[in-house]
Amino acid sequence: MTRAVVTGLGVAAPNGLGTEAFWKATLAGRTGLAPLTRFDATQYPSVLAGEIKGFVAEDHIPSRLMPQTDHMTRIALAAADWAIGDAGADLRRLPEYGMGVVTAASGGAVEFGQRELENLWSKGKEHVSAYQSFAWFYAVNTGQISIRHKMRGPSGVLLTEQAGGIDALGHARRHIRKGTPLVVSGGVDAALCPWGWVPQIASGLMSTARDPDRAYLPFSADARGYVVGEGGAVIVVEDAASARERGAPRVYGEIAGYAATMDPAPGSGRPPGLRRAAENALADARLTARDIDVVFADGAGVLALDRAEAAAISGLFGPRGVPVTVPKTMTGRLLAGGAALDVATALLALRDGVIPPTVNVPDPAPDYGLDLVTDRPRDTAPRSALVLARGYGGFNAALVLRRTDD
Amino acid sequence: MSTGTTVTLADLTRMLRESAGEEEGVDLDGDVLDVSFDDLGYDSLAMLEVIGQVQREYGVRLPDETVADADTPRALLALINAGGDLPGAG
Repeated sequence: MTRAVVTGLGVAAPNGLGTEAFWKATLAGRTGLAPLTRFDATQYPSVLAGEIKGFVAEDHIPSRLMPQTDHMTRIALAAADWAIGDAGADLRRLPEYGMGVVTAASGGAVEFGQRELENLWSKGKEHVSAYQSFAWFYAVNTGQISIRHKMRGPSGVLLTEQAGGIDALGHARRHIRKGTPLVVSGGVDAALCPWGWVPQIASGLMSTARDPDRAYLPFSADARGYVVGEGGAVIVVEDAASARERGAPRVYGEIAGYAATMDPAPGSGRPPGLRRAAENALADARLTARDIDVVFADGAGVLALDRAEAAAISGLFGPRGVPVTVPKTMTGRLLAGGAALDVATALLALRDGVIPPTVNVPDPAPDYGLDLVTDRPRDTAPRSALVLARGYGGFNAALVLRRTDD
Repeated sequence: MSTGTTVTLADLTRMLRESAGEEEGVDLDGDVLDVSFDDLGYDSLAMLEVIGQVQREYGVRLPDETVADADTPRALLALINAGGDLPGAG
């Protein structure tokens, strides 16, 4: 069977811009959560966010693209440049139709869309940008990456709310198996504007805390909702043989297993689908729970959701049977970018043999039966990882990663 | 319309930059009067955006059919300064 491996990473996160800056901050336990500054959120119940700092779009985006791109797409294009650079410069010698782009999205470029709607309503239709025709669109990151890098192979976009980053990678692997040698995947999201904020508040799952260190506490008995952030990761996936042939400078790991499930309808009495997603991903990888060295949990930070995920993990691995971590406590949940960032983080953990910590949860609820990696990194030389993600509306996704030198 | 103001090449290049940016390798301050918008890196959507800005700033109406024929800065300026009707046309 064709093996799909990751050969390039590009990270843009609230606690670090660029893969190594992010990884250093994450191992040091540095948070990117703080009061919102991108818009005046004081009239909303939730006022904290994970904002990317120091991103100067003009440094990364050509002049022609500036008027036609949202903040989200600019970050995605920068992260894609980094990921493609990381995968090796001779990538441009691959055939155009042998390279695809599959990313995750949630609501699209809502900040751009909101601005143009404001123009429409306050000034009239003559003031709406012609670029609104596509700049808001949820497939826009895929499209702009594809155009910029002349990647004309199979491409698409997946919308499974916060599970999307994993589903995009699963779909990328499908394209690899069907014969496309390289797919740029992952997800980057940025919805820190009123139009992006209100639907998150309406979910009832957002934290209304004011203290960034007490706002997002997954697996704590004090869990009170989550904080939203912006950013994500772009991930270059390749056919292992093709990557070797072109002399890819490094292989972070193999996408060994993938599965997605839907939760049953509320009130059906049947269990949620997360555990089944994890089991199916393990089976897909031809591995068992004993083979997994670390779990990157979804970590909703919502009591009922945390309890359900803890039951899934401890049911599958046994009580305290595997180290579990939620590094997104330092970034907030990045919507369509979150699961992609978790996958990138897991691959860095495999590369460096260290599990990054979960911050602000020194005392996870004991009855959850989780061995949560808290406060500081754990040097256990993990060689395989299970990444879990859930999206609002019943989406569950699981990805199994492993080092390829095993 | 009343054409009290004449739109110059400098006005047009400013609006091109503001509405659609400047292609790498293209110098809008150079001799571009007779270079096609296509060669300057502007596709039809970029032109739509620029035309929108011209209409808003100068209060001129530029019908789509006439704009489509104005494929260089010289031709577009002539159209704008004629108030939206191509000189010599209908």
